[in-house]
Amino acid sequence: MLHTVNKSPFEKNSLHSCLRLSKPGANILLLEDGVYGALKGSDISEDIEASLADRGVYVLGPDLKARGIHDDRLIDGVQVVDYAGFVKLAVDAPRVQSWL
Amino acid sequence: MKFAVLVNEGPYTHQASDSAYRFAQAALDEGHEVTRVFFYHDGVNNGTRLTTPPQDDRHIANRWSELGKEHGVDLVVCVAAAQRRGIVDEDEQRRNGKDGNNIADGFRISGLGQLIEAGIQSDRLISFGD
Amino acid sequence: MVTEDTNHEGGQVKKFLYLNRRAPHGTNYAQEGLEVALIGAAFDQDVAMAYTDDGVFQLKKDQDTSDIGTKNFSATYGALGDYDVTRVYVELESLARRGLTKEDLMPLVYEDEDDDWEEKPLIRFVSEAELRDIIEEHE
Repeated sequence: MLHTVNKSPFEKNSLHSCLRLSKPGANILLLEDGVYGALKGSDISEDIEASLADRGVYVLGPDLKARGIHDDRLIDGVQVVDYAGFVKLAVDAPRVQSWL
Repeated sequence: MKFAVLVNEGPYTHQASDSAYRFAQAALDEGHEVTRVFFYHDGVNNGTRLTTPPQDDRHIANRWSELGKEHGVDLVVCVAAAQRRGIVDEDEQRRNGKDGNNIADGFRISGLGQLIEAGIQSDRLISFGD
Repeated sequence: MVTEDTNHEGGQVKKFLYLNRRAPHGTNYAQEGLEVALIGAAFDQDVAMAYTDDGVFQLKKDQDTSDIGTKNFSATYGALGDYDVTRVYVELESLARRGLTKEDLMPLVYEDEDDDWEEKPLIRFVSEAELRDIIEEHE
């Protein structure tokens, strides 16, 4: 299953709901303002680090670039994909849940 | 694979419409099919041809129209949401006695059944919104 | 936004504080908020900007929207000094909570007319307590 989160975790609880209600083995893609959730050393990065134990966490590169965030600022284990990678994640998952 | 896309937000205020467009374009580039883009809630505002963004900004409505034309993507605006927000085609203009219409090229106005159908007939339905 | 009447060359000048709490790009509230602040400054009003919560992301350096196709307005922050908006506050606690440091922000400057037009850093970093006072001052 692929979950997409497009909200900043510092403003909305979408990411936390997604982490709480997704299952081991799921993939989570952060896009739009959701990409801020992938920043290393923030108040919420421990939650992402914990979820990486049994879930894949991806972040949309074009949205990182737009926000001036370079790859070296991301939590270790978070993988950067482009829009083609987003499509592939959606193809590979049986369902896609958007946490709007 | 067949994709359907749902757009719940209007152009320019939220990035949703931009993300949906980029996703649809990437899916087509990767050799997939995008059968339908359904515009719901404020998303119906993507379907007016009367917008005039500044020249250095993207033209979101035209971009959708071109995608529809080039790749045969069915661009459907929800009728109930459109009526509330003043998105009008010729049929709606006549039916509701309006003095004009504004639907953009390649868009059509139809019911929510088109969203359900898109969900059933496609392999994946991807939602973009607030 | 709060205001205060003062007098300035006969015209009415109010003190405006724009409190920016939203991230850029996911929505365009940041862009249109910046535009209204600059227009206010162009009308010779006394404009100050405060960035807190996700608003601090607006000032992140190296923003490049070419791959998402939206308008990159981050260069417009460079115009704040030109419009005599010389009080730009950034709350340090909001930066820290987001894993950011002072060095992550755009090196914005203004030319100080009271000091032989010397170029000076525009952003003033403030604590939560200081920002509380700044907001109060504009009452």
